[in-house]
Amino acid sequence: MEKSISVNQLTKRFGKFTAVDAISFEVDKGEIFGFLGANGAGKTTAIRMLTGLSKPTAGKAMVAGFDIQRQREKVKRKIGYMSQKFSLYEDLTVRENIVLYGGIYGLPNKVIREKSGLMLENLELKEVSKTLVKSLPLGWKQKLAFSVAIMHDPAIVFLDEPTGGVDPITRRQFWEMIYEAADTGVTVFVTTHYMDEAEYCDRVSIMVDGRIAAMDTPYQLKKDFQAKSMNDVFLQLVRPEKSTAL
Amino acid sequence: MKRMRAFIQKEFYHIFRDRRSLLILLGMPVVLVTLFGFAITNEIQNADLVVLDPSKDEMSTEITRRLVASGYFDLYKEAQNIKEVEKSFIFSKTKLAIIYPDQQAKDFQKEGYAQIQLLADATEPNTATTLINYASSIIKDYQMEVNGLQGRPPLIQPEIRMLYNPQLKSVFMFVPGVMTVILMLVSAMMTSIAITREKELGTMEILLVSPLSPAIIVVGKVIPYIALAFFNTLVILLLGTYVFGMPIEGSLVLLLAECVLFVLTSLALGILISTRTNSQQVAMMISLIALMLPTVLLSGFIFPIESMPWPLQWLSNIIPAKWFIIIIKNIMLKGTGVDFVWKETLILVGMTFFFIAASVRNFKIRLE
Repeated sequence: MEKSISVNQLTKRFGKFTAVDAISFEVDKGEIFGFLGANGAGKTTAIRMLTGLSKPTAGKAMVAGFDIQRQREKVKRKIGYMSQKFSLYEDLTVRENIVLYGGIYGLPNKVIREKSGLMLENLELKEVSKTLVKSLPLGWKQKLAFSVAIMHDPAIVFLDEPTGGVDPITRRQFWEMIYEAADTGVTVFVTTHYMDEAEYCDRVSIMVDGRIAAMDTPYQLKKDFQAKSMNDVFLQLVRPEKSTAL
Repeated sequence: MKRMRAFIQKEFYHIFRDRRSLLILLGMPVVLVTLFGFAITNEIQNADLVVLDPSKDEMSTEITRRLVASGYFDLYKEAQNIKEVEKSFIFSKTKLAIIYPDQQAKDFQKEGYAQIQLLADATEPNTATTLINYASSIIKDYQMEVNGLQGRPPLIQPEIRMLYNPQLKSVFMFVPGVMTVILMLVSAMMTSIAITREKELGTMEILLVSPLSPAIIVVGKVIPYIALAFFNTLVILLLGTYVFGMPIEGSLVLLLAECVLFVLTSLALGILISTRTNSQQVAMMISLIALMLPTVLLSGFIFPIESMPWPLQWLSNIIPAKWFIIIIKNIMLKGTGVDFVWKETLILVGMTFFFIAASVRNFKIRLE
């Protein structure tokens, strides 16, 4: 099967501190890959390297078939990104944001018009298309941000904690959107804090102190760690002494 | 190109939707020029004058009359003794006192010589000096006339002409100064804030992940501010010429070209600042303290550079505003062409390239 992302010994050091320590993994096309870890485990640094925001100290990574070090510009055209911080412009209207991102990715006007119409319909945002984004509820904003991130039909979409602070119902809807995208062949690379969301992923990796401590399907991980939920798996990996005491 | 257009359009949305900043950006030039032009002037009018004139002869009353008639002084009080003069300095706004001798006219006629004492309130040294100068010259004029009447040979009489600003209007000094400050503010401060805002909100990451190259992002962010700064330049020049009678002796095209050059220098500085910091607040503080203060204090806008101690004179050389003020004063007041300002122009061009190079270097370091 064609690999969407393949990472080999990727390392990032800041001075003496090693944020990401020689990680290696592969992600299949159309897969939903969960990238988990406690705060400071190196998730964000890893995602920043894969999206070209940060240069690796050592190692190699191919994203959408291109080398992230030598073919950055080609990688950029093939990926979508939704950051942990809010990705849309609050002082622009819903439609203006859509048009802006379409423009930045160089989509023809006709395509932008079609896509924005479709997007507004699917998200049920038609009535508020001329409203400033800042007055929308957070859940709507996040769903819009996701739609915008995959507007240019990227091969891979990187989602850095996309559902932070969103209510459970909206989170559920958000994941439905992720599944829809994955069905069309988009690879989804997602980091999250919520362990219930980890269960929705095809495969997860759990980072501890810059290394990948475990990587498999949620089912297999639970089996291996004899855990009832992904939460237990996570706790055993992150705080081994505590979980054994339990 | 299409990408760039979408990006610039968004930048204009930001500017026009932030009503308060827009009002400041567009209103400030008007307010500052008007303030400096009308209210803040170096000319002093209607200063309170106290007179102690025991003899009240034709000579002393004539001098007093001329002082008051000049418009610079208002007769506040006729004091009876020196104590009263002192009191009026302390308890009122008296700026200048004139004390005549007991028998001035007699002395003058008998000995050809008389002494008048001028007392000024030097708590404000500049005002005191200016008032003393006004009063002295009025008294001198009078003396000349008296001498002439009596048929004495005239003494050496200097014939003074103030070139390029014959009425010594301070607005001629302030218009170039205010223009410099505004252009610096709009270009350097606003761009550094606009760029750091994207960093702070996290939208900068989204842009960097997109196919837009960093150079395009920076240029796209800066173009609207060039337009805005240029608009402000026009407003200030119009106000200066039509409201305050400021001349534009030289070529208007050259003047505008130099303004654009200075805008570019300031923008480069703003970009440099934004590569050094990630927060809007810090960007604003750096812009205010590291740019605005030297621009106001060391550029020769308010305080003449020639009278500064040499370390400050030396320091003023690295302030872009100093060179810009020299250039526009030359063009506007003296009507000189490129042949006289090419050196200053080259310095500004050099500074611009230096700032851009430094920003590019910084930007690369940050990306590590």
